[in-house]
Amino acid sequence: MPGLTFSRRSLVLASGATLAMGATGLLVPARANGLVPTASMRGGSNNYRPGAPIVDRIGGGGFWMTGTVRRAGDGAPLPDQRIQIWAHTTEGHERDPQSHGATLTDANGEFRLEMPQIVPAFGQPHGHLAYDSGEFETVFLRPIMGSSKDKTLAAHFVLQPA
Amino acid sequence: MALSLIAAAASPLLAWREPVYIAAGFAGVVSMCLLLMQPLLAGRLLPGLAPVTSRRWHRWCGLMLVAAILIHVGGLWITSPPDVFDALLFVSPTPFSAWGVIAMWAAFGAAFLGLFRKRLGLRFRVWRLAHASLAIITILGSIVHALLIEGTMEVMTKWALCGLVVLASVTTLAKVRIWDIRRPS
Repeated sequence: MPGLTFSRRSLVLASGATLAMGATGLLVPARANGLVPTASMRGGSNNYRPGAPIVDRIGGGGFWMTGTVRRAGDGAPLPDQRIQIWAHTTEGHERDPQSHGATLTDANGEFRLEMPQIVPAFGQPHGHLAYDSGEFETVFLRPIMGSSKDKTLAAHFVLQPA
Repeated sequence: MALSLIAAAASPLLAWREPVYIAAGFAGVVSMCLLLMQPLLAGRLLPGLAPVTSRRWHRWCGLMLVAAILIHVGGLWITSPPDVFDALLFVSPTPFSAWGVIAMWAAFGAAFLGLFRKRLGLRFRVWRLAHASLAIITILGSIVHALLIEGTMEVMTKWALCGLVVLASVTTLAKVRIWDIRRPS
């Protein structure tokens, strides 16, 4: 089997390409503690009502919003973080106060809040979540359900200190 | 057309929507029905309709289309202002809204050319190419817009209606040959 040989041309080409990739950021060196903060999604804050009350359940329930909250960098779970949730459901529009509620993360940085079934609105079955408590940078998420028949939806936050 | 409206009216989602949101959705479905009428009338493909009648209906359907679009966007605005704001500024998270907004402006442009055809003083075939080009953008944009949306129309009748719109448009284009802008000899 012939060994791997470089002609001068292929060597120049290969090293040039590697340099170009590095310059464009396609070649990223492995970073320690590299958990990057979650960016807010487009439209995530639409119909947000700040200060939704912490509730055991939004309306009659039957659908679960779940997720995790971690710290950027080391990925440590963040307990007792307030996550606000709202959506267009079988019990109300996004703008209606009764469609809004909040919950706190547990010791593992996990949260789950029961709410009414989300139904498609503005063309997509989606939910809205907000972290907006001040200690960390505010993040608004707008996850989309794989199917409008799903009974659960997950969203994950990686927060960086404000 | 009636079938697609009936199928949309049978949607269980309507129970969880406000009247103004429902009206906005139906204005969208009516718009798509009018987009089927427009190429049929422009190409005089409807049997038993005199050319002059066909043209008058084309004009009325065009004005109704503009009205339906305004009701569609206005109703959505009342339902959720930030979502419509995002759509009009092309920063919406939903990919279909940009197609809808493009189609809306193209439709307004086509209607403008229709209303001011005489005052614009363009040579007829040049005017026709411009009007039809905007109409094509309207139709393609509307179809992509509608196919990507979940929740307003029933899926089978939506694809059928969109298919018929494409068929009617292609037939009319082939018949009228809008790209031929030479002076008729």
